[in-house]
Amino acid sequence: MSDLQSQDYIRRSASTLTPPSVRRHEAEVAKLIDVSRCIGCKACQAACMEWNDLRGEVGLFSGSYDNPSDLDPNTWTLMRFTEWENEQGHLEWLIRKDGCMHCEDPGCLKACPAPGAIVQYANGIVDFISENCIGCGYCIKGCPFDIPRVSQVDHKAYKCTLCSDRVAVGLEPACVKACPTGAIMFGTKAAMTQWAGERITDLKSRGFRNAGLYDPPGVGGTHVMYVLHHADRPSLYAGLPDAPRISPLIEAWKGFLKPLALAGIAATALASFFHWVVVGRNEVQPEDEAEAQRLMRDAGNRR
Amino acid sequence: MTHPKGTLRRNTTAARINHWITGGCFVLLVLSGLAVFDPMLFWLSALFGGGQATRAIHPWIGTVLLISYAGMIVQFWRDNGWNRKDVAWMRAIGSVLANDEECIPEVGRFNAGQKFVFWAMALLIPALFFTGIVIWEVYFSAYTTIEQQRVATLIHSMAAVAAIIVWIIHVYAALWVRGSVRGMTQGYVTPGWAWRHHRAWLRRLAETGSEGPGPHASGRRQRQ
Amino acid sequence: MTNTWQDIKNADVVLCMGDNAAEAHPCGFKWVIEAKIENQAKVIVVDPRFTRTASVADVYAPIRPGTDIAFLSGLIRFLLEKDAIQREYVRTYTNAGLIVREDFGFEEGLFTGYDEEHRSYDKTSWHYEVDEHGYAKVDDTWQHPRCVINLLRKHVDRYTPEMVSRICGTPQDKYLKICELIAGTAAPDKAMTNLFALGWTQHSVGSQNIRTMAMVQLLLGNIGISGGGMNALRGHSNIQGLTDVGLMSNLMPGYLTLPSDAETTFERYMRSRQYKPLRPGQTSYLQNYRKFFVSFQKAVYGDAAQADNDWAYDWLPKLDNDGYDILRAFEMMAKGKINGYICQGFNPLQSFPDRGKSRRALGKLKFLVVMDPLDTETSRFWQDFGPQNPSDPAQIQTEVFQLPTTCFAEEKGSLVNSARWMQWHWKAADGPGEARSDIWIMTGIFHRLREMYRKEGGAFPDPILNLTWNYTDPTAPDPEELAKDMNGYTFVDLKDESGAVVLHAGQLLDSFGQLRDDGTTSSGCWIYTGCYTEKGNQMARRDASDPREQGLAPNWAWAWPANRRIMYNRASADPAGKPWNPAKPLIQWNGSRWVGIDVPDYGLTTKPSDGVGPFINNTEGLGRLFALDLMAEGPFPEHYEPFESPVPNVLHPKVQSNPAARVFADDRAAFGTASDFPYVATTYRLTEHFHFWTKHARINAILQPEEFIEIGEVLAKEKGIEQGGWVRLTSKRGEVVCKAYVTKRIRPMTVNGGPTHVIGVPIHWGFTGQTRKGYGANTLTPSVGDANSETPEFKAFLVNVEKISPPVAEKAANV
Repeated sequence: MSDLQSQDYIRRSASTLTPPSVRRHEAEVAKLIDVSRCIGCKACQAACMEWNDLRGEVGLFSGSYDNPSDLDPNTWTLMRFTEWENEQGHLEWLIRKDGCMHCEDPGCLKACPAPGAIVQYANGIVDFISENCIGCGYCIKGCPFDIPRVSQVDHKAYKCTLCSDRVAVGLEPACVKACPTGAIMFGTKAAMTQWAGERITDLKSRGFRNAGLYDPPGVGGTHVMYVLHHADRPSLYAGLPDAPRISPLIEAWKGFLKPLALAGIAATALASFFHWVVVGRNEVQPEDEAEAQRLMRDAGNRR
Repeated sequence: MTHPKGTLRRNTTAARINHWITGGCFVLLVLSGLAVFDPMLFWLSALFGGGQATRAIHPWIGTVLLISYAGMIVQFWRDNGWNRKDVAWMRAIGSVLANDEECIPEVGRFNAGQKFVFWAMALLIPALFFTGIVIWEVYFSAYTTIEQQRVATLIHSMAAVAAIIVWIIHVYAALWVRGSVRGMTQGYVTPGWAWRHHRAWLRRLAETGSEGPGPHASGRRQRQ
Repeated sequence: MTNTWQDIKNADVVLCMGDNAAEAHPCGFKWVIEAKIENQAKVIVVDPRFTRTASVADVYAPIRPGTDIAFLSGLIRFLLEKDAIQREYVRTYTNAGLIVREDFGFEEGLFTGYDEEHRSYDKTSWHYEVDEHGYAKVDDTWQHPRCVINLLRKHVDRYTPEMVSRICGTPQDKYLKICELIAGTAAPDKAMTNLFALGWTQHSVGSQNIRTMAMVQLLLGNIGISGGGMNALRGHSNIQGLTDVGLMSNLMPGYLTLPSDAETTFERYMRSRQYKPLRPGQTSYLQNYRKFFVSFQKAVYGDAAQADNDWAYDWLPKLDNDGYDILRAFEMMAKGKINGYICQGFNPLQSFPDRGKSRRALGKLKFLVVMDPLDTETSRFWQDFGPQNPSDPAQIQTEVFQLPTTCFAEEKGSLVNSARWMQWHWKAADGPGEARSDIWIMTGIFHRLREMYRKEGGAFPDPILNLTWNYTDPTAPDPEELAKDMNGYTFVDLKDESGAVVLHAGQLLDSFGQLRDDGTTSSGCWIYTGCYTEKGNQMARRDASDPREQGLAPNWAWAWPANRRIMYNRASADPAGKPWNPAKPLIQWNGSRWVGIDVPDYGLTTKPSDGVGPFINNTEGLGRLFALDLMAEGPFPEHYEPFESPVPNVLHPKVQSNPAARVFADDRAAFGTASDFPYVATTYRLTEHFHFWTKHARINAILQPEEFIEIGEVLAKEKGIEQGGWVRLTSKRGEVVCKAYVTKRIRPMTVNGGPTHVIGVPIHWGFTGQTRKGYGANTLTPSVGDANSETPEFKAFLVNVEKISPPVAEKAANV
């Protein structure tokens, strides 16, 4: 799912090397999902399956239009439907396309132990490089949005690539291409943010006072953004995190614990080594053997 | 394995096999665990056939370790009871480290340091196992929340670091105190070694006429 | 559609009623979103359920299924009472001022002339009062008590907001809010578009649902203008083409009508179809009926159709009743009166009402031929699929032939979209296995039949033996050849007024204006003339340029008639020829001719002062608020309850349901009552599937895998039904066992003082394909149709529902 040859990457999981960065002109991209224009038709889901050649199992009806019922290794994007009665008692059917948010500060990449299994391109797309993935599931723990899924078949993690293969050759992601109402747009992050502003003005004029853009600062912003009618309460939309950030547990684990742990281990080893250097071995002396023989003799005699 | 005449049996064959299975598992777990703990050490995964194989095999080795260590507990728990002498030994750790064991209380089969290693591992290995289960993606990821998995991951790695530190101490101590390694490889020590490091144990052996622990100890003596 | 898909963006108000465009027409729905964004349009949804369309609407109001006429009649009352109509438009472009006959009347739910025995009307009184020239009398001051607008005023007076709410269950505040929003488009420069589909057609009053809305649009001056119109969203990519080429039992191509058996001669046939203007100076395409008909006969019979044999009129089949619609066909099949059936691109077992009856009927056939790209339920009706299709093959003698056909992507040809655009498409892939095109199969059948007639004679071989068949490969005519046949040829040199030759003999015609009734031209479908000319295949044009960006794209494909994109566009300009809305003009009078971005639906040089009405298909040239005799159940729409209804008709209890609808005795016996089946059910499509086709496709099957019904929280609680739990849904005709989706999107409505619960039944699952097996919504639906079109009443019927434990087989699957 990658095209490292044609896109610069700025981050690489479990790596300390400086990534190649000659091609400096790449603008940051973003997918803008205008929830207020979305009709939940699932064309994006179908297009995603078509383009990425994904075919899951035919499932079961489970009490909603969410089908499959959750993201899985074959479902990289999913429409989530929420029936919500607003304060005026009017029903709103909030339909959100769920999938990877392509965080500026990706928790998955931070958590990943396999060098190069997750990369972030200069345009902001966060991509899983399947050949390097070891299937540990750390990305799942690192993600604040509960997106990656590990396949039980090949034990590799999968998620939306933002069609990095298409974007690399100047095409929009498949879901954007398929969206019939233009609810999914794609362009530079700056352009998308500006367009979102126009949409928000329109929504406000239609009575949605809290309309706004979802580009959460807790993860440094995202390269998939939502226009929400109720931006003050993102969690209305099938549990979109109100203030997502990488879990402090993960930050601790991948942050201070790593150097601290290695330092502790090294210190113990060094201390041992220098103890040997300074104090030296504790060896049995001939007197010890003599004393032992005497003791055993005495004891034998006593018995 | 019989031991040369005049020496003392330090560990039974079963105990030694059990120990080395435990030790082997531990080493493999350290290597495979560190491979995915820090990117700098990812190269260790090559020892196991790559990242996927490392990820797959690590929890199975851990399972073996848990069972193996349970055996260790069964065999050694009696001699690892903590008592007042151990406190005194701990207090005198400076003398111990200075190779001066004359001024400390006489030590039984295991000294306080060994007991510490034993009980630390008895605590850490199950902790590692159970947190490991939580993050064993292939089989158990569906049974816990992601937040629980995050906590488990953190505990698992902290416990692992602690275990590694304990293990380094254990290994160094075995090398430092000459004659100890043979006690776990060939299973016997010289009476002088026992006099020097485990005098109370030696006295007890001498008093009972035993040549060391083990189910067949008394029978063997009768044959002689 | 009177307008185009793209034109929806020009609307100020979009009324989605009788459709669920976002759900069923998601691609076209982009233009509604465009209207919202670019035109600040307000979107109104009136629907029994809070739909996907409602999720992006500005205003939503619930309505009980089958009560749209009451809602819209109330709206008409509101518009007339508030004088929120476009007065000049109504006065000059509609028949508001025309005076109706004195003997016309309406009482207790019936118009004058009702014949109870035949359930039909003598429509003589449904007419204008005419003067000595046969012209309708007019009172432009609207003072005359029997002028149409005053009769209409009186007719809708009963539909007060209270009455509307009582019948429809729509809360009054929401209803009035919608009325006000709609009334705003009476301004000459404002437009409302109405999108409708099967939500209106699939009722026993389906045609009148649409007609009522058309009247609203006339009153608001919204017909013929940019952003307005009556826009039927067609359900199949080529269902418009199907009706255009006359695949109805009572039609011929181009909406020419098949003769009845009483019309024994051509002259008699023409007499009842002769155009007689009802106002002075009116013109119409239909005055050319004879030219269209003769050219059609020439296309079919070629040289065999001559003046001396009345252009082979005798070879046409003559109808012995109103038509062999699907309901009648299956009624006859069930009675053993039809014993062979060729089923081409159709899945009756899944599509027709009362599935049990359909299954029994198919089982009485001697043979059934199924031509389809898919393994349809119909072709497997005889097989035991468990409770979803409990057939016993040992008891069924029907011989079934499955002929696999290619699908649209495996052949070239044209599709006619909702906006009447004929769009050519090219073959993308070869068909799989032994699949053959429908043309190839039909040709094969034709040749074998003709050979049999040639050898064995038969009672009446002429219509078969004389068919003209001039194709390069007689066994497989090329779609382009057929398209040229549809377009038509001239057999002589055609000259213009100056005498210059415009077309040489044998060339393709440019427009239906060139058709003649002397046998010198041919055209398989006169409305298509111009689609494939000497300039090439007009349907294959792909120039998307759009003057004024008004959504016409006149050089993209080709729209019938005459590449006209907006019907009745003369009405977009005022009587003097100036656009009502200068910001969005379609055509205007420049002093000598009509010019603009669309092809004028009017004489190109007809002066505004000539007084020719803008609706040139009508005999008086006006938009009809009073329908004369064209509708089966009355010239004004009236609210009749569905044949299965939970409440009495509060307007006239003695006339509960459509008095002109045909009901077969067995079907009537299979109607349930509210005491046994207390809940209103309605059927519909979901976005994830296209009818019964896409359940054969893996991705669609993944997106909606299993049959379910939708039920409101209140009723679910009453019945102890859990989210995703199993239920049994029963009607008098059958049962469906499936899962329940307990939703906030359906709420109980207060109808006639009591609560009414609606249950939604999506239609997509059957027993073949990749989804899980389903019973099919048509297991439940009643076999009764609209009085005019016989479209079955799929949208309103009665059911009962109960909670059940999961079926054994399903328990295992759910583990």
